[in-house]
Amino acid sequence: MSVHVGAAAEAPAFPAAAKDLLGNQQLRRNVRYATEVIRNKRAKVVGETPDWQELREAGRRIKDHVLRHLDEYLEQFERACTRAGGHVHWARDADEANRIVIDIVKRLGGTEIIKVKTMTSDEVRLNAALEAAGIAPYETDLADMIIQLGHDKPSHIVVPALHKNKTEIRRLFLEKMKLSELGETAEDLAAAARRYLREKFLRVPIGFSGGNFAIAESGSVCVVESEGNGRMCVTLPRVLISLVGIEKIVPSFQDLEVFLQLLGRSATGERMNPYNSIWTGVTPGDGPEEFHVILLDNGRTTVLSDSESRETLDCIRCGACLNICPVYRQTGGHAYGSIYAGPIGAILTPQLQSMEHSQSLPYASSLCGACYEVCPVKINIPEILIHLRAKVVEAGGAPLMERLGMKAAALALSDGERLETAQSLARLAQKLLMNDGVIHKLPGMLAGWTASRDLEPVPKESFREWWAKREKQS
Amino acid sequence: MIISLFITCYNDTLFPQTGKAVVAVLERLGHRVEFRPAQTCCGQMHYNTGYPHEAAALMNHFLKVFRDADTVCVPSGSCVAMMRDHFPKMAEEMGDAGAVRACLEMLPRVYEFSELLIDKLGVVDTGARFPYTVTLHPTCHSLRSLQVGDRPVRLLRGVRDLTFVDLPDSDECCGFGGTFAIKNPDVSTAMLADKMTSIRETQAEVVTAVDNSCLMHIGGGLNRQGVPVRAMHLAEILASTGAEAAR
Repeated sequence: MSVHVGAAAEAPAFPAAAKDLLGNQQLRRNVRYATEVIRNKRAKVVGETPDWQELREAGRRIKDHVLRHLDEYLEQFERACTRAGGHVHWARDADEANRIVIDIVKRLGGTEIIKVKTMTSDEVRLNAALEAAGIAPYETDLADMIIQLGHDKPSHIVVPALHKNKTEIRRLFLEKMKLSELGETAEDLAAAARRYLREKFLRVPIGFSGGNFAIAESGSVCVVESEGNGRMCVTLPRVLISLVGIEKIVPSFQDLEVFLQLLGRSATGERMNPYNSIWTGVTPGDGPEEFHVILLDNGRTTVLSDSESRETLDCIRCGACLNICPVYRQTGGHAYGSIYAGPIGAILTPQLQSMEHSQSLPYASSLCGACYEVCPVKINIPEILIHLRAKVVEAGGAPLMERLGMKAAALALSDGERLETAQSLARLAQKLLMNDGVIHKLPGMLAGWTASRDLEPVPKESFREWWAKREKQS
Repeated sequence: MIISLFITCYNDTLFPQTGKAVVAVLERLGHRVEFRPAQTCCGQMHYNTGYPHEAAALMNHFLKVFRDADTVCVPSGSCVAMMRDHFPKMAEEMGDAGAVRACLEMLPRVYEFSELLIDKLGVVDTGARFPYTVTLHPTCHSLRSLQVGDRPVRLLRGVRDLTFVDLPDSDECCGFGGTFAIKNPDVSTAMLADKMTSIRETQAEVVTAVDNSCLMHIGGGLNRQGVPVRAMHLAEILASTGAEAAR
């Protein structure tokens, strides 16, 4: 098995990556501006939906039901899709998924494909595999195209180029599209992208997509997007290949009623997504003549096997948790070292791939709970982060000083008398650290605290000592 | 009413003045406060950092000490959140039916300080006087887990001569997050910088909260930067009668 999530296994630990990014003021301004715009739009359209909490609960229950019966629904999907003229493939891991795509393209004699924005393809690193096989992938989602042209990495689930501003994008287009002139407005940039992409839409005969939802009863696949470029990719080419995570199943068409209300509002603050494409197998004379869907595991069944954290698979990739997260807001997505950034990335990445590659991610959160509050399917992200932290510690991933400190603290806190002794010891020890009545500098792993914050010393008398004295006096 | 004070380990050790203030307010309102010296800690630090076994031992100790208390007052939002959000599940995971029962039976009698005053004691005016401009940082756990809502603000508005000013972007985390502040000091500091900017904008003389852990972080940052805003627990404001002045 070769489960991998983008290049997350080689990524530096979160605190180090975050430290670097915090120094990039332009990036931080871009991230702050963009997340604020989406946050405000989301808050407005959620606020005007009176049954929002009921919708969240419905979304969560449908997903939980699906995960409990995933085997049955997947087979039902396979039967229905095959009946409608589609070809269903099963991929255990990233390598297998890439091989299936490459085999299909080679069999057709293809050398190029056009792509809708697809998280799963970033997860399996499809583009790199295609290029190695001599096939050119063209990203057609505007933001993904910006990422591809700039050899950059996505920093957000929904808005992958969120860390770039207009000026930076204009510079990139001028260079990569070899333009002699280009206006400065968003409309100018969109028009340039349109000319660049239109030629590919009309020429390239193989399209590629992911899937936001796969409907078990009908074997249909649904892709939700804002630009219409995805619609081009799934309708114009002669052949269409879709790579869909196995957790994307919903039982029936009617279930989309819930998810399409939740997703648009949560992702982009729109009451409805501008383009909702749903297709079922092939229809002669209408759209692709050949349709393949690849159902991807790549670690998902491992997540499913942990009852404490399997709700991670409920995620509909709206990105609301990224936009609201005070940590993401400071660092942007690259700090997470994974194509899945932010709070959901901090729980999804370590679970999909081997934990040892991402032991810092479960700690990349202050546990403020804002992610849980906005999640459209009520994933209790803070709770899962804590669960994963326990796994890190259990696997011996915590620093030795921390483990010793926690053991010592547990002993000191085991009864009132021991605590009182520890308080006296702390007062003695801090004499070495005090300066003008305040602690400016702590040693070892605690030094991070005093890098930016003073620490009031342990006072001369604890509360329990004061209380004991008071009792005696009365 | 007899109110049992669970001071919490870090208030006991680092912020005894908060405990004294809680005692002063409750006694002024005519109640009797008791303190059980065997008490220690709710286990939050261990639990949130990935040490659930150590946390479970502390939970058991807490349940043993406070099981027969009628009303427990806790001047820390995050410790109450720890108990409500995690104790029942921890007890279940240990397979300890007695602990599960103890949790279900006693957690409804545990109150965060502002909850106790408003919900249990029905008090908004605690008889305090505090002639300063004050802003409130609604800590994440009190806001999202306990959902204390405007209880702390109502209590502040009941204080004589106190000018209350709203904090911009108040529901944004201050960046403390327990061991997060140690493990991710740079991000924590960046979050704190935003919080301090908001606090300075209010031109308040005092920033208050229902949790000293966030205040230790915020106050430590303000002190380092030489910003003359004092960080004070809500109980200390409510204990003031105007005779003593803020530092």
